[in-house]
Amino acid sequence: MTLDEVLASLFPSGHAVERGRSGMLHGSGKVDGQGDVTIVGIAGGTPLGVDGAILLADRVLAAVEAGGRAPIVVLVDTASQNMARRDELLGLNEYLAHLAKSLALAAACGHRTASILYGPAAAGAFIAAALSSRSLVALPGAQPSVMDLPSISRVTKLPLEDLKKLAKTTPIFAPGVEPLFAIGAVTEIWAASEPLALRLSALLGKPAADGDARDRIGLERKGRLLAQKIAERVAAEAAANAGK
Amino acid sequence: MTNPAQTQAANLSNQSQLPDADWYEAYARDRVAGLLDPDTFVEFIGPEQRVMSPHLAQFDLTGAFDDGVVVGRGRLDGQKVFIAAQQGWFLGGAFGEVHGAKVLGLLRAARDSAGKDGPRAVLLLLDTGGVRLQEANAGELAISEIIGAILEVRNAGVPVLALVGGRAGAFGGGGIITACCSRIIVSKHARVSVTGPEVIETNKGVEEFDSKDRALVWRVCGARTRYLTGGADRYVKGTIKDFREAAIALIPHAPPFELATLKAEQKRLADRLQQFGDCRDATEIWRKAGLSEPERIADIADDAFLAIARPKGADHDAR
Amino acid sequence: MEQFQVRGAAKERARGSRLEAITGVNASGNLEVLVERVLPDRECLVEVATAVTGFREIWEAVIQEFFERSSPGGLRFSINDGGARPDTVTLRLMQSARLMEAE
Repeated sequence: MTLDEVLASLFPSGHAVERGRSGMLHGSGKVDGQGDVTIVGIAGGTPLGVDGAILLADRVLAAVEAGGRAPIVVLVDTASQNMARRDELLGLNEYLAHLAKSLALAAACGHRTASILYGPAAAGAFIAAALSSRSLVALPGAQPSVMDLPSISRVTKLPLEDLKKLAKTTPIFAPGVEPLFAIGAVTEIWAASEPLALRLSALLGKPAADGDARDRIGLERKGRLLAQKIAERVAAEAAANAGK
Repeated sequence: MTNPAQTQAANLSNQSQLPDADWYEAYARDRVAGLLDPDTFVEFIGPEQRVMSPHLAQFDLTGAFDDGVVVGRGRLDGQKVFIAAQQGWFLGGAFGEVHGAKVLGLLRAARDSAGKDGPRAVLLLLDTGGVRLQEANAGELAISEIIGAILEVRNAGVPVLALVGGRAGAFGGGGIITACCSRIIVSKHARVSVTGPEVIETNKGVEEFDSKDRALVWRVCGARTRYLTGGADRYVKGTIKDFREAAIALIPHAPPFELATLKAEQKRLADRLQQFGDCRDATEIWRKAGLSEPERIADIADDAFLAIARPKGADHDAR
Repeated sequence: MEQFQVRGAAKERARGSRLEAITGVNASGNLEVLVERVLPDRECLVEVATAVTGFREIWEAVIQEFFERSSPGGLRFSINDGGARPDTVTLRLMQSARLMEAE
């Protein structure tokens, strides 16, 4: 889907979104039952670097400072983090963390946060822009990944053909919506044939689960069979030892 | 509940020697034993439990009995703390499903017990190349879950400290996790970054980043640059005791996770781009910041480096 | 990848009261050894997991020699090997036995 198609189908009652520098988007849109929601995003497959991250975070923090509990929707069509000497020199890790922190703060302050992926998002950009909201929705065209299979093949020294075969039996490493849905990273998958505005309204109207439920979801979907149990086991041992 | 593994490098089996040992060379359990008050460490899901990764055999890889991370509790200067230490030597200290879940469980326990009887702080001894590619999706998601949990712990009033000084540094998602912590301690060997130099070179060419130029790597990603730009809060010399003293000193000065803090961070990060956004190398930054002998800063001894007054804005409590 | 066990008889029980210990790390040229006091006094056992195949005979020889020298009765050693040389294997096994006997 193009950005215009995404905006038209998610916000048919109206939206005002501007494109800023570094591929960033900001504005607002109307959602049934929610009124005006804050919209931020990255468009055009633009990698997420220090310049974009600081702009996005600024908008998110402005929404928090404005008060209220208007939902924040992050539209994501990016690439990976910007791979450049300049970004690393300037401390890209802090800028990506700052964006993740801003979204987490917004959620903690009562703003329902949701990332809507309609293009690629990989690695550090995937973490900071897509995984840092309370919900992650995959629209048609969504291409989430950690790393592409040829690169994984190179690093792990498993031939690409073997890797592709392996990817059919486990969702634990391969790019794509299905494996990331199975492990709990993607919350919902919306098809083009669905009434997307209604789905958005329902999503934002439902309060986010108390705390991060992605490990429980990964277990339910059988994509991550160990994570939830081990986290629980560590927490139980910590509690059992509490008095000592 | 047993307390099995006290020291991991048997040539350091005398615990009292551990604080003077080099952080960079030490295995994870030795860093923990030397950092905490003697005989106070209790490990959660120790290696004898053999809670290991099920995803490595299909890549013809052998595993680690603790999946490369040690988690537990102990005391630091008499105060109860929770601690996680990554084993940088095992698969680059990278995050996998089990590894990540152990750290996540520890953080959730800290969040849920925060208060009078809870931990005074959580110490994250990060030594990681980022996501373990054999378990890429699980590792990446675990990193996001850990970030969320760190912020919940901070929100509950418990500082989370990042200690970085091992062979893997804190790369990829590990670099992002580092910057979500309340305070960051680094030593000379530390690199804190997102994309690794080799990957930048592969993608953008050797002109953009010659990954074999070690001096360049440390100027771009290394501890001294992070410390002087405000990307780290303490720079320590390399022993385990040096990290311990820094952690003890920083715990009472952790910034709260709240709007005022993030607004201050927004300002300092925007200011950094404005001041240094067109710099190509760390030496340019030092020159612009008015530091004397910028070309020598990477090479001088730690004592001389620590004597340098940090540029304006680098010393802050906005994290 | 290979996984196998090497059993042995020890002349006597390994000294000390420590129940478990761990040394080393699974990294290139290194190995991780977990040792547990779980066997009858005169028995010893090494379990090996290694990605470097075809050296089982050498492993057996190294391990039997270790049993002879150290008499680690009652101890089970579990190894995750990262391609260590035989002398490194011997070193780690002896280190771990010493740790168990130290207290």
